[in-house]
Amino acid sequence: MTSPAGADTEVVLPPRPQPRRGVSLRDAGPPIALAVIFLLFALISPGFRTIGNVQNIMDAAAVLAVVTCGITFVLMMGSIDLSAPGVMGAAAIAVSLLVANNRNGNDWGLLGVLVAVLLAAALGCLSGLALVLLKVPSFMTTLGVSAVGLGVATLLFGGVQPNISDEMLRGWAIERFLGLAYLTWIAFGCVLIGWLIQCYSRLGRYAFAIGGAEEVLALSGVKVAPYKVAVFTLAGAFYGLAGVMVTSQLSAGLVQAGKGYDFAAITAAVVGGTLLTGGRGGILHSAVGVLLVTVLTNGLVQVGVSPYWQGGVQGLIVVAAVAAAVIPQRRRNQVTK
Amino acid sequence: MTTHLQSQPDAQASAPVHALEVRGLVKHYPGVKALDGVDLVVHQNEVLGLAGENGAGKSTLLKALVGLVRPDAGEIWVRGEKVRLRSVVEAADHGIGMVFQEQSLVPNLTAAENIVLGSEGAGVRRGLYRWDTMRKLAQEQLDKIGSQIDPLARTDTLTFAERQMVEIAKVLRIEERTSHPPVIILDEPTSVLESAEIETLFTQVRRLREFASVIFVSHRLDEVLDVCDRVLVLRGGQSVGEVSTASAAPAELHRMMIGSTGSEDHYHDTAAERSDQPLQPRLVVKGLSGATFRDVDLDVHAGEIVGIVGVHGSGREDVCRALFGAEPIEAGEVTLDGDKLDLSGTRAACAAGVGYVPAERKIEGMVGPMSVADNMTLTKQKSRCSGPLVMPQKQATLVDKWIERLSIRTPHRGTAIQRLSGGNQQKVVLARWLVAGDIRLLLLDHPTRGLDIGARSEVYRLMRELANSGVATVLLADSLEEAIGMSDRIIVMSDGRATAEVGCPSGAKPTPLDLVKEMV
Repeated sequence: MTSPAGADTEVVLPPRPQPRRGVSLRDAGPPIALAVIFLLFALISPGFRTIGNVQNIMDAAAVLAVVTCGITFVLMMGSIDLSAPGVMGAAAIAVSLLVANNRNGNDWGLLGVLVAVLLAAALGCLSGLALVLLKVPSFMTTLGVSAVGLGVATLLFGGVQPNISDEMLRGWAIERFLGLAYLTWIAFGCVLIGWLIQCYSRLGRYAFAIGGAEEVLALSGVKVAPYKVAVFTLAGAFYGLAGVMVTSQLSAGLVQAGKGYDFAAITAAVVGGTLLTGGRGGILHSAVGVLLVTVLTNGLVQVGVSPYWQGGVQGLIVVAAVAAAVIPQRRRNQVTK
Repeated sequence: MTTHLQSQPDAQASAPVHALEVRGLVKHYPGVKALDGVDLVVHQNEVLGLAGENGAGKSTLLKALVGLVRPDAGEIWVRGEKVRLRSVVEAADHGIGMVFQEQSLVPNLTAAENIVLGSEGAGVRRGLYRWDTMRKLAQEQLDKIGSQIDPLARTDTLTFAERQMVEIAKVLRIEERTSHPPVIILDEPTSVLESAEIETLFTQVRRLREFASVIFVSHRLDEVLDVCDRVLVLRGGQSVGEVSTASAAPAELHRMMIGSTGSEDHYHDTAAERSDQPLQPRLVVKGLSGATFRDVDLDVHAGEIVGIVGVHGSGREDVCRALFGAEPIEAGEVTLDGDKLDLSGTRAACAAGVGYVPAERKIEGMVGPMSVADNMTLTKQKSRCSGPLVMPQKQATLVDKWIERLSIRTPHRGTAIQRLSGGNQQKVVLARWLVAGDIRLLLLDHPTRGLDIGARSEVYRLMRELANSGVATVLLADSLEEAIGMSDRIIVMSDGRATAEVGCPSGAKPTPLDLVKEMV
């Protein structure tokens, strides 16, 4: 053992929790798994190892990546967020009614996108406020806010599907730069911004610390509640952008735009190494998780596995990944709920 | 920080203003008077030791000093100014900071972030981190204590000793808040350290004294005497005296801590009723080793109460839990009445007639919202069942019998156990092992923790009755006095090993001092 504290502490310690140094298996595991799975599919399937298919994978991962960026901050705090479907739905309908469409005369363009994202952020803020003011667990508040979001979306929907004719927004899904759709570049941008927030902002670092030891923050005189609200607001903004992206892909606003993205994003984050108990993982972990899930889905299709099997196979992989992540922490008489 | 070194320790002569003064501090908790008029004075550039048994009020006093506990009465004066401390931040504004017993660092942040946490100052601009500044700020603090730790190391990659240095560096941040020398409280700082690390810590404490006042709390009297200038002794929530460490001996200090020993009768010592012990011990432990203990040998006869004493970190709690199968073991053999005891889990121990009363009653000992009856029959399900079905009438008869026998004061057997007083809760927990009538070995981990004196006495009486009926008992007492009063024999543990055995027969009890000699 090398101790930088000088000769005084150079003693042989009896068995006790030893400090971990270097890259832990938990951090290195998901990237290794991604590489292995990728190589495996590439070996088996000629269709998988084409440039075109790799582009497909990246494009297919875009929306999930943005949702996962948002949810990662919430998970890092040790909270959970199930509001993505509702928030995405509200943002999708809102943006499709604000840009050029077949329902009204609006043509707000980029401003419409911004308003939709702000609406989503407000919904996220609502989750956070309910959590810190009413002390309702995030599981319930976000479930409720998801329903509120779907309600807002349904009201705006009004029975006639808004199809968008805005060239800019439709172009995001179609036009390509360096072989990837604009949407994919937006997703890259989100991951980068998320990473910067995580490493260089107080918000990101405190989200991390809240998941690590919230009571220590309180003992150090930090008011935790505003940061929690801010994290949920940030997550809402990411969901809103994801809702806009789905609208761009479909050229239409759908209430169901975010269906299934809550669990898909949690899955991706957990598979990437972000613990549901908080304090571990991060944006880059989650990005790897998103790619893992997407590569898996794409690869299973390419090698000819029936789509009926895919849901079950993905579920098994999630349980296995979570089990592997908690192995180092297991002890006798552990209470698991 | 060289300016600190210039201040002279004999400043008291010119200014009679104390760095910190506490007058008549009182704090009640339901059923307990944690602080009963404590007085305390800390001089400038002094290390004041705080000694006292468990429950003497040490931690409540410390919490009051950093604003975590609001006293019911009494005053706190800082440098001649009366203050009200309502939070850790307010305490820090007055220059009082504490290194907590349970290390209070965020494990997944860097050392630098932990050091400046909550008062980042120039380290954060418009919500954005400036890592360079942050590292510099942290380095300044680490330099004060001469530590070589890398400020950007993640805290959970540091050793215990290193983390403690980070905590001290963090506490010294309060110097930035006030122009006065700070008061630093160290609560049991040595309990997780190895002896070489403890020496390093003591060097730090002496260094702190150059520019700060220190309150040092430790279970180990030799440490207190070694590092402190003066020691204040607390007992029963009161300051019972202080000694200068230049002249004091551990014996004197310990006498003050425990006061006059209570009457023997308190422990219902009824040795006369005990029959002669059979030759073969009921419980035989050979070479038991686990993560925190090594090669522990132990034997307990039927009807005997064997106490295990040791300071915090001696490993005695883990031995106790291991004997119940609740803690994994690495080596060793345990037999109960000649049969090998399966330690692979708690079910096997229960089935073999081993009972365990955990120290954390509210967390591990009982299911709070469940009824007295359900708590009592929790383990021995067969006692209330017929086949797979619970028989309410069978349970009621059995539970009512034990409520009467142990005189448990509860409105009804269906009352939620959390509504009972601590003593009655503990009796229900004990009854859990008795209802089936197959108990052979009882492991008691601080069975009187948090109980008032009357309830304690009743638990003692119950322990005696069980021992007299032939149950073998292992007792981890709350205090040395209790261990001596209740035990027939006492094993001393230190650093995970059983280091001594002291006979403790009725009528020839050792003094606490005899035990302390073996413990340190």
